[in-house]
Amino acid sequence: MRHQGNADVSRRGLLLGAAASAALTATPRHGQAMPADGNMPPAPHPGPVPNMNPVMSRVSLTVNGTARTLEVDTRTTLLDALREHLRLTGTKKGCDHGQCGACTVIVDGRRINSCLTLAVMHEGGSVTTVEGLGTPAKLHPMQAAFVKHDGYQCGYCTPGQICSAVAVLEEIEAGIPSHVTASLTDAPQVTNDEMRERMSGNICRCGAYSNILEAMAEVAGQKMAGHRNGRDPA
Amino acid sequence: MRPFTYERATSPADAAAKAASIPGARFIAGGTNLLDLMKLQIETPAHLIDVNGLGLDKIEDTPDGGLRVGALVRNTDLAADMRVRQHYGVLSRALVAGASGQLRNVATTAGNLLQRTRCPYFYDPNQPCNKRQPGSGCSAIGGVSRQLGIVGTSEACIATHPSDMAVAMRVLDATVETVRPGGAMRRIPIADLHRLPGDSPHVETTLERGELITAVTLPKPVGGAQIYHKVRDRASYAFALVSVAAIVHPDGTGRVALGGVAPKPWRVEAAEAHMKQGAKVVTAGLLADARPTDDNRFKVRLAERTLAAVLAEARG
Repeated sequence: MRHQGNADVSRRGLLLGAAASAALTATPRHGQAMPADGNMPPAPHPGPVPNMNPVMSRVSLTVNGTARTLEVDTRTTLLDALREHLRLTGTKKGCDHGQCGACTVIVDGRRINSCLTLAVMHEGGSVTTVEGLGTPAKLHPMQAAFVKHDGYQCGYCTPGQICSAVAVLEEIEAGIPSHVTASLTDAPQVTNDEMRERMSGNICRCGAYSNILEAMAEVAGQKMAGHRNGRDPA
Repeated sequence: MRPFTYERATSPADAAAKAASIPGARFIAGGTNLLDLMKLQIETPAHLIDVNGLGLDKIEDTPDGGLRVGALVRNTDLAADMRVRQHYGVLSRALVAGASGQLRNVATTAGNLLQRTRCPYFYDPNQPCNKRQPGSGCSAIGGVSRQLGIVGTSEACIATHPSDMAVAMRVLDATVETVRPGGAMRRIPIADLHRLPGDSPHVETTLERGELITAVTLPKPVGGAQIYHKVRDRASYAFALVSVAAIVHPDGTGRVALGGVAPKPWRVEAAEAHMKQGAKVVTAGLLADARPTDDNRFKVRLAERTLAAVLAEARG
């Protein structure tokens, strides 16, 4: 609790402090190990929080086509930079531990969990969020397909689902294999099994999966028709 | 997260030297495991050395017909490389069986090897854990241990190494290349990278403080049917209860390593002499020293049955 009077930090500090106390006072139950004289980095241990102030750092990156420069605490995840610094709140914070996919954005052409990467690691990078895919007046084909097929209920996971879905179709097109690809040496096809497997990093608490799949299938069909006609609708 | 300073390394040797000399320094590559643990204050580095810009992201042919995989090659890129798909299929299969698409796009080769256990007691700062807090005790022994290790474990720790990729690399006889803080290079057979816990489960690898993995080399292809079979509680995006990486030749000989059962990819070369005799004999050799808990005793039979399925698949 380094920041007295800051309600948020104090509450969090209190909880963590309680956790550390519990760990210190807990009686070892089984298999006590003696600390070894290993030459690994020291294992973390409870104790006084080092008196270290937040460290600020500057990072420049392109977000949805616009160059941005931010002054952030080094601890700032890309997710928090987008939401709290750039006010791009389309990208959602679900679990904040890379398990739910609500924070999925596209960085340098690849979908990633923005909660598990630091903003300062993306100097010179290019980020596309759900706001950058389309606008209310001109939806991205995947956004339009989600609306048409009712690919959501509460909508909280939807921005991550859409960013992921756009990238999944590109990954299949690029020939990247998945767990369900039958032959490693043949190009993967756009099938329901492929899309379901590749979307497994995006959890939907409302269970809109089948409609999400229909939306993706429609866009995949449009893309294939577009390729046949020599254009790319996405 | 605790506050930390941050810098981008300028060369592998620079990164290693700094990691050895700056108190509380850690490398960060993909960060998908480290940041997760930093948010829980299980990892509390005072300084992060970003190694993403070091050019260690290439997959190159080696003079002896193998592949040299840069430490920073992302899991997606390694799985998708056509040389890997054609000649090291077990590695591609293991990679795409792990994590999610988003994580594989970021997670690196070296980071995958060095990721930490997902033992629920390691992840819970309220519980004693010898790996997280040396000497505090092991909550998993006598606790909920269904997911945890059955072999290679100790009285101090029954955590498993969670990687799929590493199990395939073990069966492929990969070698880990490093640079030490003084700038010297070192080659470590993957079998020797991870330590068994013994009485010091917080010391997980044989790397020196500051030593940086720069690449993983794969020997020239050995052919055979290459299979990775992962058994888990969900069809996707879950850690293995048991996994089998196998290379089976037409004459029935081959190699096998297990995941999900031990603190490191589990391979016993002597057991492979019995490959022609089938899964029961081989598994008996692999797990001769198993000491399962009541919760995870099922893994012994599961390993045998999974290997039987793999051998049947290899026969076609």
